[in-house]
Amino acid sequence: MDTALQHRISEAGQRLAGQLGAFELERIPGEVVVFKVAISGREELPIFITEADSQLLCICYLWTEADIASARRTALLEAMLDLNVAIPLSSFGRIGDKYLLYGALARNAGADDLAQDLLALSDNAVDALEAMADYLH
Amino acid sequence: MSVFSKILTALKGSAREIGESVVDANATRIYEQEIHESKAALARAKQDLTLVMAQEKAAEREIERLEREITRFEEHALAALDKAEDHLAGDVASRIAELEAEHTAQQRAQADFAQHIVNLKDLIRQAETRVREHERELAVAKTTESVYRATESISQSMGSGASKLGGARESLERIKERHTLMADRMKAAEELDAEFGNKALERKLAAAGIGEDANRKEAVLARLKARRDAGSERIE
Repeated sequence: MDTALQHRISEAGQRLAGQLGAFELERIPGEVVVFKVAISGREELPIFITEADSQLLCICYLWTEADIASARRTALLEAMLDLNVAIPLSSFGRIGDKYLLYGALARNAGADDLAQDLLALSDNAVDALEAMADYLH
Repeated sequence: MSVFSKILTALKGSAREIGESVVDANATRIYEQEIHESKAALARAKQDLTLVMAQEKAAEREIERLEREITRFEEHALAALDKAEDHLAGDVASRIAELEAEHTAQQRAQADFAQHIVNLKDLIRQAETRVREHERELAVAKTTESVYRATESISQSMGSGASKLGGARESLERIKERHTLMADRMKAAEELDAEFGNKALERKLAAAGIGEDANRKEAVLARLKARRDAGSERIE
């Protein structure tokens, strides 16, 4: 299963190379299967791909609780909620103290769907970070 | 309690740390067992349903058969009466009475089967809803667990150094810097391209004898010749 997923991700990466630049794919060590995709020029915002039950989740971590200017925290959360529906293919979320954008795909999604999601997620992440910078330290 | 409320409670409870289990593994197993049992019960109920539906159809056919028989014997009884065979007519009438009793019994059976079908369908719908709810709950629980574990792995592997998760400001600045650099490079390339484009055009124009560069050589030669001629005149 891992190798099949890895194959699909690298296939998606090849399709995106023209639009986003070079892809670097690696498996994160640990008990859960997680792949890391680093996009040339956007190395600070890698995308992590993991299988969770019936879904394929593409996750891009944006900032942590510690980055948020406490006086503007509520405003940030509201802004995220307001934006959430409008963001193409990705949604805001939080795991522990980490804020993120993620895209969810069916577990058997093909390389094309994956490519589309990764492209949207990467663009959205850069955009979100820029838009939300005012609320962060 | 809805599935989401349960997960929220689990997440909020006792200031969790990443890596700690969100969902009790034991509860997950119990859920899986419940789903398994519900599905087995569902399969049994569906089998029962087909059986009862077949029985109901059979009762319906039997009722139709009895009705035809009753009509047939009624005709016979009337014929016997016509021929003043009262005794025979009496025999036929008692046969009809038997058939009618059977008809009533079959009708009651059919009604019972029909009611049973309604009950079984209700039961199946309820069981299906329960299975769907449990499966959803399990999916949400497993996904939550899975993303927390994945995040733990990711945090551990990216724990230190420049690629540490979440240095939001620095990340943004570095990305922006690189974008600006890229944009500058592209602009420079465009300018260079435009410049080369212009020069090429000017060269083409000159070759065609158009523009101010066109006759410069001739003009220079003519000027020099004129100066030389003027000089030689003076010497003479």
